[in-house]
Amino acid sequence: MSTRPAPCEVSLTVNGEERAIRAYPMERLLDVLRRQLGLTGSKEGCGEGECGSCSVLMDGAVVNSCLVPVLQAQGAKIVTIEGLTSGSQLHALQQAFLNCGGAQCGICTPGIIMAASHLLSKRPRPTLQEIRDGLSGNLCRCTGYAQICEAVAEAAVQGNMG
Amino acid sequence: MRSDPADFELVAPGTLSAALSLLAEQPGRWLPIAGGTDLMVQYAGGKLGGSRLVSLWNLPELRRIDVSKEEVGVGAGCTYTDLREHEVIAREFPLLASAARWTGGVANQNRGTLGGNIVNASPAADSLPALLVYEAELILVSARGERRVKYLDFHTGYKKTVLAADELIRTVCLARRFTGYISYSRKVGARNAQAISKVCVAALARLESGVVEDVRIAAGSVAPMPVRLRNTELVLKGQVIDAALVRRAHESATAEVRPIDDIRSTAAYRSAVLGNLVEEFLNELSKDEHGA
Repeated sequence: MSTRPAPCEVSLTVNGEERAIRAYPMERLLDVLRRQLGLTGSKEGCGEGECGSCSVLMDGAVVNSCLVPVLQAQGAKIVTIEGLTSGSQLHALQQAFLNCGGAQCGICTPGIIMAASHLLSKRPRPTLQEIRDGLSGNLCRCTGYAQICEAVAEAAVQGNMG
Repeated sequence: MRSDPADFELVAPGTLSAALSLLAEQPGRWLPIAGGTDLMVQYAGGKLGGSRLVSLWNLPELRRIDVSKEEVGVGAGCTYTDLREHEVIAREFPLLASAARWTGGVANQNRGTLGGNIVNASPAADSLPALLVYEAELILVSARGERRVKYLDFHTGYKKTVLAADELIRTVCLARRFTGYISYSRKVGARNAQAISKVCVAALARLESGVVEDVRIAAGSVAPMPVRLRNTELVLKGQVIDAALVRRAHESATAEVRPIDDIRSTAAYRSAVLGNLVEEFLNELSKDEHGA
C-alpha cells in the first residue's frame, strides 16, 4: 500500500500580499482562498467550470478557481473580489453594478466582476458584443444579463474618464 | 462523490525534460495535467483515472508558438487564448481561431490547452475538426526521442490515441499553405460558450473558375472521434457547385457518419444538421465565388 502524499508548501501573492500556505497539492485554489485565507467572496456554484462564480485573476487572466489545483498557483499573483480595490472606495465596476442594479442575490456577482475586470484590462471600451463574450462563462439566474452588461459598459466609461 | 485531495499526488517538475524523465521511469503511472479544464472536472466528480499527477501547466517549452516560412508550430501547452490572440493563426488558420473562441468561456480559454484537447480525445472537441482540415502534424516527445505523426492518424477510436504511456505531445505543426482558401465553420449546441457541441463542422475549399479544386470537410460529434468526410469531399472535387451537387453532398455527408443518441442530442438530429451544414458551406462557397 502506498503512503498518502504529504501536504506541500505553496507561496503565492494574494491581493498584493505574499502568502505561504500548506495544502495538499490537488486542493482547489477556491478552497484554499475560502477556508485557509478566509476570502469568501469567491463562491462555489457548479464546481466544474461552467458557472464562473469562483472566477479570480491568476497572473492577470481570469480563471475558474475551482479548476486550479493549488500547486499550479505556486508563484502566481492572485486577485479576488476582496483585492479589486484597496481602502473603502468602491472599484468603478462595483459602483456601476450598484448604480445599474447589476446584482440581485449576489452569488454570481464577485465572479462576474472579476471576469469584467479581466475584460476591461484587455478592452477598455468594449462593445456590447464584447461584453457578452467576455462574460459568457459566467451564469446569473436572477438579476438578468441586461443590467449586468449595462453596468460593465458604465464602468468602462467611468474608468476612461479617470 | 467529490475526491479527497489527501488521496492525490501532484508534482510540478518545471521543465519538459524533467516531466519526461518522470514518465519514462514509471510509464503509465503518472497522469499529465495541463490547465485542468477537463481533469479537474473529473476530479470534482470523483472520476479521475489516476491518483498521481504531473503538472505540465506553463512549461515554457510547451507554451510557445514558432512561426517559420513553411509552418507554424503551436506548443501543446498553448491555451485557447494564446491561439485567439496570435496574429498568424487568426490570419492563416481562422478555423482554429474560431474554434478557440467557441471553446468554453474566457476563464476556460485562459486555462484549456490545445494539447489537452487533443489528448483528451473527445469526439465533441471543437478544435479537432480544424486540425483535421489543416492536416496538422504532431511532434510527440518522450525520453526516448521525438517522432512526428499525422494528426489524421492520432486518434484510433473512441478516446483512444497512438500516444505511448511515456509520451507527450510537444508541438502541433500547421503547414502555411492555405492562403486563397475559403473557410467555413459552425458549432451547433445549446449555446456557444461552455456548451459541448451537438455537431460542429470545419471546412476549407479552393475554387478555380467555379470548379472545386480542393475541399476538406471535418466534423465533430458525429462519430467516435472527429472525422473527415472523405466521400463527400470526393463527390465535390472537380465539380461546379449547383443545386444537384449540393443535394448529393448533403446525402453523402449524412450517409458517411455514425452519430449516436446521447444526453445532448439524437443521431437523427445530428445527421440532419450535418447535412444542412454541408449545404450551408457549399451555398456560401458559391456566393463567395459569384461575389468575387
